[in-house]
Amino acid sequence: MDISLFLVLALNGIQYGFLLFLVASGLTLVFGIMGIINLAHGAFYMLGAYTVYWLVGYTDNLFVAIVLGLVIMLAFGYLLERSAISFLYKRDHLYQVLLTYGLILVLDEMQRIFWGTDFYSVPVPQILSASVPLTETQDYPVYRLFISVMCMAVAAGLYLLIGRTRLGMMIRAGASNREMAQVLGVDIGRVFAIVFSIGVALAAFSGMIGAPVSSVYPGMGEQILIVSFVVVVIGGIGSVKGAFVGAMLIGLADTFGQVLLPDFASVVVYAVMAVVLLWRPQGLFGRA
Amino acid sequence: MTEKSTPTRRQFVAGAAATAGLAAAGGFVPARVAIAGAAPVKIGILLPYSGTYAKLGEAITNALKLRIEQAGGKLGGRAIEYLAIDSEMSVPKAPTNTNKLIKKEKVDFLVGPVHSGIAQAMAKIVGPRETPIMIVPNAGSNLVTGSLCAPNIFRTSFTNWQPAYPCGKVMADDGHKTCVTIAWKYTAGRQMMDAGTDNFEKHGGKVVQDIQVSFPKVEFQAQLSEIASIKPDAVFAFFAGGGAVKFVKDYAAAGLKDKIPLYGPGFLTEGVSKAQGAAAEGIRTTLHYAANLDNAANGAFRAAYQKAFGKTADVFAVQGYDTGSLLIQAMDAVGGDTGATRDLIAAMEGATIADSPRGAWTMSKAHNPIQDIYLRQVKDSVNEVLGVAAKALQDPATGCKMA
Repeated sequence: MDISLFLVLALNGIQYGFLLFLVASGLTLVFGIMGIINLAHGAFYMLGAYTVYWLVGYTDNLFVAIVLGLVIMLAFGYLLERSAISFLYKRDHLYQVLLTYGLILVLDEMQRIFWGTDFYSVPVPQILSASVPLTETQDYPVYRLFISVMCMAVAAGLYLLIGRTRLGMMIRAGASNREMAQVLGVDIGRVFAIVFSIGVALAAFSGMIGAPVSSVYPGMGEQILIVSFVVVVIGGIGSVKGAFVGAMLIGLADTFGQVLLPDFASVVVYAVMAVVLLWRPQGLFGRA
Repeated sequence: MTEKSTPTRRQFVAGAAATAGLAAAGGFVPARVAIAGAAPVKIGILLPYSGTYAKLGEAITNALKLRIEQAGGKLGGRAIEYLAIDSEMSVPKAPTNTNKLIKKEKVDFLVGPVHSGIAQAMAKIVGPRETPIMIVPNAGSNLVTGSLCAPNIFRTSFTNWQPAYPCGKVMADDGHKTCVTIAWKYTAGRQMMDAGTDNFEKHGGKVVQDIQVSFPKVEFQAQLSEIASIKPDAVFAFFAGGGAVKFVKDYAAAGLKDKIPLYGPGFLTEGVSKAQGAAAEGIRTTLHYAANLDNAANGAFRAAYQKAFGKTADVFAVQGYDTGSLLIQAMDAVGGDTGATRDLIAAMEGATIADSPRGAWTMSKAHNPIQDIYLRQVKDSVNEVLGVAAKALQDPATGCKMA
């Protein structure tokens, strides 16, 4: 392999890693803090993509559509937590799996009713539609770089939110000892509702920002859900930092695996997961 | 679901018979003894209604019902009962779903599937039996009308070989010497790549790399970088549905479209060219259908489909439509007697689908369409026909004892 292909692949891998992180961060946040296994995370990703497609139709502007869409998804997540998820904290994980699996079926059906089975595309905004030449034959779309920048911004935002704000403090307190936090006057129900709506919004945001490159189609959430779980498990369930490292690892392993070991491309990701778990069963940054 | 129309006296009787038939299915009276020939014809459907290929399942089902409605909503004078199951594109679930339709529901006809792997699983169950008669409205696995062929298995779509093979010559004729093939790693992808490669190399071309992408993955950056570094004259690709949208868009965004022309079996741009937008413009593909085919049946079909469902018809709808035509011809020939399996099969074998939107076609000895393959090019998001890439192309049906 020549050096230019190596560099291009590394760039691809990192870029894919950023996108994976964006999806996986919401999943790990909700599990780590609330203890909820959210199988519907992929469905929220899909819902985000369809919502932005729908809103772009009205606003004709991707950025406005994303902002509006985020407001809708935050509200949707909040309502969902209050009306359904909040009844499951004291129950076994099996109930959570059943509920969130049921949510997948409901959301998939809603998508079919509202948008049908067609494939849709969301145009890349004019201002980001250029490409930069990478090698003499390959260009790199500016929009993909924009996605990476947005992912970095979200990663930094999450870090600050959890580590440096009052809300973040309440979130951490609630995660480590729910009863104690309540005794100290933290309205833990509301905190959890906020965390869940952030989780939903993160999944939806990934779908929204990815829509111009991935297009919008039924079942788009399923694949992303599986690989997100792999990322979360590798990073250590509940660790946002772990999700970041896990996403980069999987992004690079997947990209290089497909070129270097094409016959085993589909298992490379799982092989990485197996090796990591043998070495550290709790994941890279997980609490034992 | 029993299809109902305006209640004339005769139809009322038929309707009552249908109800009796339903009761029979529940285990009260054996249907055929009670009202011989008047019970509804049972059509089992196994197609994807969720996931990436949901659109295909929907188009096939819509067009099949449209065709039968146009013929009065009956088959050989009998009412119809449709039993549809979502295949979920799952090969492991295929045997259970197939057996459910055959053994529990005792369907007369089995229509499905979309996925080649599922088609092979179904053919292994249906082939050794006498009934039901299975009609494949999409899945192109060569084996279904090859080594797995059977008297009661028919296909109204294509073999994977058919739309791919002529494309090899098209690439060579366009002056390309080297090419990279890329497809999803499953039955359909493999068979199409092999057929295209075979014909390309027969005409002096050389395939320099064969790239496989795990199914149904839609992240292509790594493969695009590989293609860019190999710099072949052309790329021969098979993807469908959401994957086709993403691949074609990514290919253009990577700046490869104008440097290394993209070719493939028509599924690359069929039914998705609108979502692909400018990225698909100019791509040349080969398929057994094109939107602007100039024949009366095509015009009438497209108008009727648009009117009934508010959607643009594509090749998958055409295949569903022709499945309806085949059923109508065969059931008319036996006067609606589904018990006359041998006569039904003979009628299907001898069928000429003259009013097909793709142009007239006939059934091969292996029960696969002998049909024209068209060369198409995307222009303003429409797959326009440039000419015939292969006239009355017949699949080699390798391994089929009937051929």
